[in-house]
Amino acid sequence: MTRPCSVVAPAIAAILVACGGPQPVADQHGPDPALPEPHRGILPNMKIAEPAEWGERKPVVPEGYEITAIATDLRIPRQTLVLPNGDILVAEGRGGNAPKLKPKDVIAGRIKAEGTSPVTGGNRLTLIRDADGDGRYETKTVFAENLNAPYGLALVGSSLYVANQDALVRFEFVAGATKAAAPPVKVTDLPSAINHHWTKSLAASFDGRFLYVGIGSNSNITERGMTAEVDRAQVWLVDAATGAHRPYATGLRNPTALAIQPGTGALWTVVNERDELGPDLVPDYLTQVREGGFYGWPYSYWGQHVDTRVKPEAPDKVAVALTPDYALGSHVAALGLAFSTPAMGAKYAEGVFIGEHGSWNRPDPAGYKVVFVPFRDGRPAGPPVDFATGFREDDGRTYGRPVGVTVDPRGALLVADDLANVVWRVAPAVPQ
Amino acid sequence: MAAATTTRYVENIHPLHAVLVAGSLPLFLGALLCDWAYWSTYEIQWSNFASWLIVGGLFFSGCALVFVIVDAFRVASHGRGWLAYAVTLLAAWIFGLFNAFMHARDAWAAMPGGLILSLVATALVIAATGMAFCRWRAGARP
Repeated sequence: MTRPCSVVAPAIAAILVACGGPQPVADQHGPDPALPEPHRGILPNMKIAEPAEWGERKPVVPEGYEITAIATDLRIPRQTLVLPNGDILVAEGRGGNAPKLKPKDVIAGRIKAEGTSPVTGGNRLTLIRDADGDGRYETKTVFAENLNAPYGLALVGSSLYVANQDALVRFEFVAGATKAAAPPVKVTDLPSAINHHWTKSLAASFDGRFLYVGIGSNSNITERGMTAEVDRAQVWLVDAATGAHRPYATGLRNPTALAIQPGTGALWTVVNERDELGPDLVPDYLTQVREGGFYGWPYSYWGQHVDTRVKPEAPDKVAVALTPDYALGSHVAALGLAFSTPAMGAKYAEGVFIGEHGSWNRPDPAGYKVVFVPFRDGRPAGPPVDFATGFREDDGRTYGRPVGVTVDPRGALLVADDLANVVWRVAPAVPQ
Repeated sequence: MAAATTTRYVENIHPLHAVLVAGSLPLFLGALLCDWAYWSTYEIQWSNFASWLIVGGLFFSGCALVFVIVDAFRVASHGRGWLAYAVTLLAAWIFGLFNAFMHARDAWAAMPGGLILSLVATALVIAATGMAFCRWRAGARP
């Protein structure tokens, strides 16, 4: 009976080692976050939001700012776009068609769904309008429907681009219209097999000739095989006129929002990093996207930190992996990104707003708020500042989950909340 | 002297019990072979197969454990080796459960723990199956 014991002992040791938790990491913000050793217990940490009604409550915003729900009863609002006349388009939908491949998918999928809205995704664009400029959006109407989980939005002249989960499409846009006159035209198909990370983020270059499309990976860390990752975890550069495309940057696990920096025209993104390496790995990040750059996924994270869950390894890829610019903290799930404007008030004049949907893979929840990352000379400078909080209480009750954030150039931040199905508007109480 | 009648668990285990314990063997063994294939090829599909085979093995051996537990209370005295069988089957199930958790890890994170646990669970279930079929033959040679 000694033979089996020699095999059993290492297995038990492995389980025991896996049980000991690491020390929490104090600060994971900025260019040089503390990165603990990877750690994964017998079961992954799952702490799921407990949805609750806002009722009379509202998110908490800084003094001198007011927050209003400008649209309610939406059907899973994700991203918003402010049109030249001040109208707002809201992309609503829920995508993804990843089959349940392992027993884990059946169980974890059910648990995670507890923390989201039960409403069916709208697959549509809703237009909301404040005709008299009093801050109350009295019109709410369907601008376009029968879309396929629309997410990214961009307007270039009279072309309204919508990134569905399977294709980039273009509407002919007429100023002041409340409804699209005709069905959209397809610009190009987008990778949509499985669509584990289905959101297709979108930004247009200054001159409008090119569109950037963010395409998420098809797995957490290649557990669906490498063939599922062809054309995934990258940002495409799409020629708006022809639909021709090429990878602009790769190794970005899930680039959930893209934004063009005012002044420079540089492309920035927020990226959701990998799970199941512990509560303090891997930090989600904000980074300027360098053309041709490889950002590590799946082989490594935060530069050259090798992820041993990926086999076979690729040391040559790891060697050239770029380090992102700015860590936002692990598992915060950044889904929204918008550059600010002086009309947002002096303190928030230069920098980016980031919508953080909130964690599931962490015992001590992170995210569930909107933060502001101040910039100086075009680069992130200083720690993130809370801009809208109160989405989740310490007792686990969760009233909302921020997704897309958009800056209205007249001085307001729009926040899509896909749990409460609301669009919030945060503006200085006294216009700046 | 009055004839004393006692309920004894003799000769053969219940046919359904036999199917369940024997059925868990190829499931755990299949998981082990799939793990070996993943270990040597990095082909993720083998790991998916192993995950489901383990669930099947847990279901079969779990149902067999129900028979064992019911027998533990129902039968006044057990045949020789009964306890060893019960403990071995329980151990196989527990290792199988931890193996299922190990296989819930993504990609290579399931290795090498998954392979080791599959080996242990398979060895235990082979032993349990052997015990289930080799004991309790108290009768004379034909």
